[in-house]
Amino acid sequence: MSRRPYRREVSKTGWWLTHPRYIRYLLREVSCIFIGAYAVAVIVALWRLSQGRAAFDAYMASSHDTASFAFAVLAMLFALYHTYTWFQVTPKAMPLVFAGKRVPGAVIVLGHWAGFIVASAIFWFLMAG
Amino acid sequence: MDSINTDVAIVGAGGAGLRAAIAVAEADPALKVALISKVYPMRSHTVAAEGGAAGVIKDNDSFDHHFHDTVAGGDWLCDQDAVELFIHDAPRQLTRIEHWGCPWSREPDGHVAVRAFGGMKVERTWYAADKTGFHLLHTLFQTSLKYPTIERFDEYYSTDLVVADGRCHGLTAIEMKSGQVRFFKARAVIIATGGAGRVFPFTTNGAIKTGDGMAMAYRAGVPLEDMEFVQYHPTGLPGTGILITEGSRGEGGILVNKDGYRYLQDYNLGPPDPWPRKKAMELGPRDRLSQAFWHEQQKGRTIGTDHGDVVHLDLRHLGEAKIDERLPMVRELAMSYVGVDPVQAPIPVRPVVHYTMGGIDTDINAATRLDGLYAAGECACVSINGANRLGSNSLTELLVFGARAGRFAAEYAAGQAVGAAPGVDALARAAEARVVDLFRRADGDENVVALRREMNEAMEDGAGIYRTEASLRSCTERMLEIRERYANVLLADRSNVFNTDLIEVLELGSMIDVAVAMASSALERKESRGSHQRLDYPDRDDDRYLRHSLAHYSPTGQPRIDYREVTITRSEPAVRVYGGAAE
Amino acid sequence: MSKQSVELEILRYDPERDEAPHFQSYTVPYREDWVVLDAVNYVKEELDRTLSYRWSCHMAVCGSCGMVVDGEPVLACHAFLRDYPDRIRIEPLHNFPVERDLVVVIDDFIDKLGSVKPYLVPKEEKDVEEGEYLQKPPELATFMQYTACINCLLCYSACPQYALDESFVGPAALALAHRYNLDSRDVGRGAREDVVASNPGVWQCSFVGACSEVCPKSVDPAAAIQQAKIAASGDYFLNLLTPWKRK
Repeated sequence: MSRRPYRREVSKTGWWLTHPRYIRYLLREVSCIFIGAYAVAVIVALWRLSQGRAAFDAYMASSHDTASFAFAVLAMLFALYHTYTWFQVTPKAMPLVFAGKRVPGAVIVLGHWAGFIVASAIFWFLMAG
Repeated sequence: MDSINTDVAIVGAGGAGLRAAIAVAEADPALKVALISKVYPMRSHTVAAEGGAAGVIKDNDSFDHHFHDTVAGGDWLCDQDAVELFIHDAPRQLTRIEHWGCPWSREPDGHVAVRAFGGMKVERTWYAADKTGFHLLHTLFQTSLKYPTIERFDEYYSTDLVVADGRCHGLTAIEMKSGQVRFFKARAVIIATGGAGRVFPFTTNGAIKTGDGMAMAYRAGVPLEDMEFVQYHPTGLPGTGILITEGSRGEGGILVNKDGYRYLQDYNLGPPDPWPRKKAMELGPRDRLSQAFWHEQQKGRTIGTDHGDVVHLDLRHLGEAKIDERLPMVRELAMSYVGVDPVQAPIPVRPVVHYTMGGIDTDINAATRLDGLYAAGECACVSINGANRLGSNSLTELLVFGARAGRFAAEYAAGQAVGAAPGVDALARAAEARVVDLFRRADGDENVVALRREMNEAMEDGAGIYRTEASLRSCTERMLEIRERYANVLLADRSNVFNTDLIEVLELGSMIDVAVAMASSALERKESRGSHQRLDYPDRDDDRYLRHSLAHYSPTGQPRIDYREVTITRSEPAVRVYGGAAE
Repeated sequence: MSKQSVELEILRYDPERDEAPHFQSYTVPYREDWVVLDAVNYVKEELDRTLSYRWSCHMAVCGSCGMVVDGEPVLACHAFLRDYPDRIRIEPLHNFPVERDLVVVIDDFIDKLGSVKPYLVPKEEKDVEEGEYLQKPPELATFMQYTACINCLLCYSACPQYALDESFVGPAALALAHRYNLDSRDVGRGAREDVVASNPGVWQCSFVGACSEVCPKSVDPAAAIQQAKIAASGDYFLNLLTPWKRK
């Protein structure tokens, strides 16, 4: 038998470097680490709050250095990226039909952004108040 | 040499082959089916068919109408008993495949929808968007997976039938991935390998349409019938030959020349109504439309392009919504391959070879005169298409005669004792030797690509839309010479593993045999009928030629041509009338 | 200055002569309306008869000519030379064993295609004399998109899950299962469950979405899989709550 099908190697660690779309995918997935870490920071803040004003203020003061600020910004960027990618794919998971016609994906995505902005605005005002 | 034992071997896994396989499996689950194809089934050229499949189902239609449309469309060369059977079985087969899941387009109430098509008096073409062939093929392939008795042999190139004592005992085929030749011992064989459009240079046909099954049967002593009848589809894209479906004309598309004039009205197809009138103008039969192009070209009224002369298919008046709903593939093809958006501009089109009306001579049960050998689909000639096929009859033909071939091959196989006749192994080894010889041949001064191009040129020049005695004689001579030179073709690729050079060399052999039959049959038919048009014999001659031609293979090359009568039941030959005069 | 020629770097492999695949370069003429397939055909016709590849329809419907061109899986008959630079790298589809040159072994896909029971399982058998099953246009529209798959396997070539784990049933097969699950005439979802709603089925998909990005027919297999996940989850909980109704 002269057949010898050749299996090309796929790197278990480096596969995601072979194409920009895989890098984007990995960034999307990795975003959960930053979001999770920030959630932990928020939980700690709440816990400190439960311990009284002084504990809370001390905690907030400790998180005002450059490194913490940079981390917070990075976490927010990842969260926004996650939000963006999540909204982009929602039409795929939930195809909507209205009056016999398929609702265009763009409409569903825009609807999510609108809801996001409204919810953020409400939350912002509550916080600012 | 390895043998594979089976009961019914089917060569070709397109619409007809798959339908036949399912028919055998359903008729007799005790029979083993070997479904052998040189490509995976979903690559078969059935996949490219667009427009639809005809079958009478609406109240305003009748079997009589379908019968008369088909017989007149075939210029009375159709065997009317076969047409009768075909039209009656058509709606049953189309409904059957709907039961198997085929996504036919629907009317608002949920019933199957039909559209108008060329040469048909009433709408009866069932369609699945503008990808009917694709949907039929995939439905058949997926349905075939239900039957455990169907064993597939994908990417096996069939080379020769094994015939002894007037009976077909199976065939030899190359397992393409290993280069090994296998002997399929079968009690019955069905050939469903499609047509041979690649004999010509400009064709809608894919690379695989090389007439291999036709050549196999031909070399085994089965005559090829009506080979002179080659259909030019009026609307193919220039350059690539990609098909622009007749459905685009069924929806109202018009054909205009360089002056923007709907020229078909000059050729007894008028009057040029703004709405698509059945059997008139752009909904006339394909042979007439292609012939009109040729005349316009002679008059200098076609448009010149880098890829030859064209006319314009204008769909703009249909509007974007209708085009996207009914003809989305047409829009995509035009934009991709000729850079034209049919919503904005007319599509350049020209006639291109599309369908082979001729083929392996079979009776209405899909049986050839060789015991145990059956044929169905484009490779066969029953004949229901006569001298010119109506659009949308072919997809239905795959289902009707594919089913029929399966049924009768199964019956025959069940009645045969298992165990091949003595001497067949030697015949199979001889067939294998033919292939091995190509590998052994150390020198050979002929190149497969050059020969193929010469064949294409000879056929286009000599046996095109219009033919003459001189052109056909020259063509036949050129083809016989090419056939001689083919014996010296050199195989450049010597690998055993997926050797496509080998396959192309063998396919060229098939095409040459088929081309010789086409040219010789055309030379002998001294009349014009349907798609066989002769400038030196411009009229139809029913007295001498209301007959099917039969080309019998000869090892020296030139076939012996004789004739058999056309079966007429209730429609005597009349004048073919289209346009307003047909009302 | 208009381009006169293009250089193709094609991955070659003849198991009878080569240890491993290697690139070979060819110079072909440049034509405005040529696709990569035309250029590859030129190589085979004029320069090197030993180049093996699959092709047939040249109109993006048969699915034969899938290849990786400059890192992206495409149909060679639908990838226009005018959209590529002067040097183009052509390889066989990823994630399938290479048989010869640009020809890959697709047996694994064929097996998986069969495993999802890709055929109609009707509620009750109907005689042809009784006519067609009724299906209104909106019902047809629900699954029509998922019928468009030409089995070209660009999606398997792009899917990193399939690259890393060959047991994944894969985009095209799962999209086809979904097509039948959505068909109003079909009641086979339960029968397909074992394969579709299994770990190597939809649950191996992490919604990378590469499959849908490369699909030439806009089938959107990623969407099919996510919808199938939701359906499978629904089925799971329904069965949990009403075990007596198990299909």
